Amino acid sequence: MGDIIKAGTKLSSAVCQTQIMALRAPIERLEITCGGAPMVTEDGEKGEMDSDLAGGTLVGKRYVDEREAMEFLCTRAGEGTVQVNGVSLDIKQAKQLPSSD
Amino acid sequence: MNIHLILQMAAEAMGDREAITAGDQRFTYADLAQATRQVAAKLNHGQRLAYLAENHTAMAAGIFGAALAGTSFVPVSYRLAEEQIEALMKRITPALLITDSEKEYPEIDRISRADAMIGDALEGEAPDVDGEVAIELFTSGTTGEPKSAILRHSNLMAYILGSVEFMSAGEEEASLITVPPYHIAGISAVLSSTYAGRRMVQLPNFSPPGWIDLAQKEAVTHAFVVPTMLQHIVEHVGQNGGALELPKLRALSYGGGKMPLPVIEKAVGLLPHVDFTNAYGLTETSSTICLLGPESHRDAIKSNDPLVRRRLGSVGQALPTVELQIRTEDGAACKADEVGLVHVRGDQVSGEYKGAGSQLDADGWFPTKDVGFVDGEGYLFLDGRADDVIVRGGENISPGEVEDVLLGHPCVKDVAVVSIPSEEWGETVGAAIVCKGSAPDKNELCELVRGKLRSSRVPSQIIFMDELPYSETGKLLRRVVRDHLAQV
Repeated sequence: MGDIIKAGTKLSSAVCQTQIMALRAPIERLEITCGGAPMVTEDGEKGEMDSDLAGGTLVGKRYVDEREAMEFLCTRAGEGTVQVNGVSLDIKQAKQLPSSD
Repeated sequence: MNIHLILQMAAEAMGDREAITAGDQRFTYADLAQATRQVAAKLNHGQRLAYLAENHTAMAAGIFGAALAGTSFVPVSYRLAEEQIEALMKRITPALLITDSEKEYPEIDRISRADAMIGDALEGEAPDVDGEVAIELFTSGTTGEPKSAILRHSNLMAYILGSVEFMSAGEEEASLITVPPYHIAGISAVLSSTYAGRRMVQLPNFSPPGWIDLAQKEAVTHAFVVPTMLQHIVEHVGQNGGALELPKLRALSYGGGKMPLPVIEKAVGLLPHVDFTNAYGLTETSSTICLLGPESHRDAIKSNDPLVRRRLGSVGQALPTVELQIRTEDGAACKADEVGLVHVRGDQVSGEYKGAGSQLDADGWFPTKDVGFVDGEGYLFLDGRADDVIVRGGENISPGEVEDVLLGHPCVKDVAVVSIPSEEWGETVGAAIVCKGSAPDKNELCELVRGKLRSSRVPSQIIFMDELPYSETGKLLRRVVRDHLAQV
């Protein structure tokens, strides 16, 4: 199940406003869901969210799996929880650099 | 991927926040997003978007507008002579040119800055143009015809995502932008500030009092300057009572050329509450690749250990997303503290020129042509350009080491050391000196070099100049100094 995702692919939640973009992903089929429903490439009408998967997403944060084999940038915030193959992604903690320009 | 995403995210997440202050004009991120769509709508298929003007809201709208339309943004220096501008314009056709100049160029449509940001807007999503060219920048051409460096969307996005946290700036933060649109730091300032949500305060023409006034008036919290600008600010303050009242300023970053130690030491003294950051980067690396952060500045200044103390003159450590390697001329990896050629690798590194293609080696390393070494803790010290090395009778001489010694003389204010052709030696050392007050004795200067270094480093020719030739972004024009010395 699922699709092979290329870096740069944008996905929209089918249940909330969340949008993500793949920064890197392994070459294997991934089932990517938000709020319990598969994410889609065309933003459209929103369905019902699984209330157990309503952890929310934060714009600008990067989400990774436990092995950091894949990484997604949240480009629009929403209420759902993003999961890959049934496992929730975590926010990647980035080291804050001083502003240089 | 498309760099337009940076603006799209900012406009959606903080549309009401002020994005740009340009004189009396104020743009929110929503305004900038709208202006960007209007600029994009003016572009015909196949046209690049060229920009020949000072910093302005239209410059930021131009960068993102070109990206939205799926074409490249090409800023051209308005400081060049007309005939140089004409030569560059021939290389970028067909194009739409944003300019307030009346001059016509073949195969180039013209639009004013104000007219570019009115009328119809291009609707829809930005195209996925990951591998396409986002920005073309002409290098300064200090060694010949300007090269057109190519930065792709993937390079610039890698830089921004790797170095800036989205919306990390507080609403009160403002960055003073003085670097011109055709400089890589002018481009990265727009991208970084927008992604961080930090208001850009544009200052089209730099002068020390103008910079200080605007920083005070707009409660500027962040600024980037090239070394020459900081030097002029420090001198101006010295002539006007000695205090610099910038209580809101938190962070001052500098780069784009070698910072003289006395200048940075004075600046740190004038602004003790400010975090200083030295940024090293190149056009071909999408801006910053190394940083000397505020902690390293403080540690170096208060340390008695010469190895820590000298880091004030380093450009810091590589970004986490960038790898650094120093190589000998034979290509072998150098040990710590061993001087060699600086190589860099990472997704933000383009290393590519139009026509000449990619300069990366098979493993993705880019030869920066900068000379330097890395100390045991990864701090990079630069020592000029490979092209600037003087080869005297087979011996390599770095201009920097001779310059540092001459700058130690109390009568020397500024100095440039370059090669002079010599029948006997191939090349010898020449020095152009700017004096503080009366000119020192040339023999005295030669003795100073002989005493601190060795006889091969002693200048065979010394001239005195009123000032050294710098580009307006602070690059010493060694070619011009060489021409002066050759005429003696």
